[in-house]
Amino acid sequence: TMDPHRGHRATKPRARAAPPAGDPLLFEDTSSRTAPSVNQGYYESGYNLGGPPDRGATMSNLFADPMANAAMMYGSSIANQGKDMVNKEIGRFMSVNKLKYFFAVDSKYVMKKLIILMFPYTHQDWEVRYHRDSPLTPRHDVNAPDLYIPTMAFITYILLAGMALGLQKRFSPEVLGLCASTALVWVIIEVLVMLLSLYLLTVHSDLSTFDLIAYSGYKYVGMICTVLCGLLFGTDGYYVALAWCSCALMFFIVRSLKMKILSSLSSDSMGPGVTAKPRLRLYITVATAVFQPIIIYWLTSHLVR
Amino acid sequence: MAFTLYALIQTAILLTNAVAVLHEERFLSKIGWGADQGIGGFGDEPGIKAQLLNLIRSVRTVMRVPLIAVNSVCIVLLLLFG
Repeated sequence: TMDPHRGHRATKPRARAAPPAGDPLLFEDTSSRTAPSVNQGYYESGYNLGGPPDRGATMSNLFADPMANAAMMYGSSIANQGKDMVNKEIGRFMSVNKLKYFFAVDSKYVMKKLIILMFPYTHQDWEVRYHRDSPLTPRHDVNAPDLYIPTMAFITYILLAGMALGLQKRFSPEVLGLCASTALVWVIIEVLVMLLSLYLLTVHSDLSTFDLIAYSGYKYVGMICTVLCGLLFGTDGYYVALAWCSCALMFFIVRSLKMKILSSLSSDSMGPGVTAKPRLRLYITVATAVFQPIIIYWLTSHLVR
Repeated sequence: MAFTLYALIQTAILLTNAVAVLHEERFLSKIGWGADQGIGGFGDEPGIKAQLLNLIRSVRTVMRVPLIAVNSVCIVLLLLFG
């Protein structure tokens, strides 16, 4: 009965280390039926229930011992319940599918978007393309907002701020945390003010909270560029880069938000109160755009002194 | 200005408390911001004032009970940790 084991050199030591009972019937069945690699995967991480379903199905058929079979079934059902509960709780606060849409990017999109952020003057078509009533993912449409670039830019900004402070011999870990939370708080404030003003003016646009977070986060790309130029070329380089990035960012924000905020006008009925609205919507867009350079200067000037 | 997340939470709690404290009869009706004075016409869109009154009324209705809990927690924490 020991002969079949000799051919599978890897399973034998691993099978010995595995629980539950030292049942020779158990080992014999598994090693004779399947390939070693599948066995290794199971015995190595005894609770790896997140594996592909077909692997789990072939595993469960192999146990001749009903106790181990029942235990594995019970364990996997408990794990699935836990996973479902966690997903449900998270899904109550934010829609995970919608979040996944914002991270569906590829490197070509990121390259094109960064170029548009730095030099938006030659970009012709600013419409967000739709596909059967739902917006296209950023992978297919360069105008779609995404959350990957803002997140990465935010983290890069924090690291760069730490480096800049270190160059000025003013670094300490608390200052880094303070810088990060300040930047985060400003983003939250800006998003809340935008949401409040859009609500008060009953602008029925399709800008969700995540869209606003995305547009708010694009300024970090400008901030990184400004700080880099300030570190490399001194104070003059800082001001030149600040002017350039501010103009580019203002242009970008105005062109992007104009599509979303101002063009939602066409679907409303033509009542007498409509004439006041376009002006207020324009004010919102312009105020958002003007706010960007102010906050860029505020958050980066102390780094390039 | 260096903000911490704690400062943001404090600001949010203070602002929500301020909105919740506005009394319906004694104050809002006196200045014409009462709950029944904002609903004007059911035309195309309510104006800014109607939206604002709506917002104040809904904040006061929704946040009454959670604010009691949050304020109690805040008081206990401030007493314990300064």
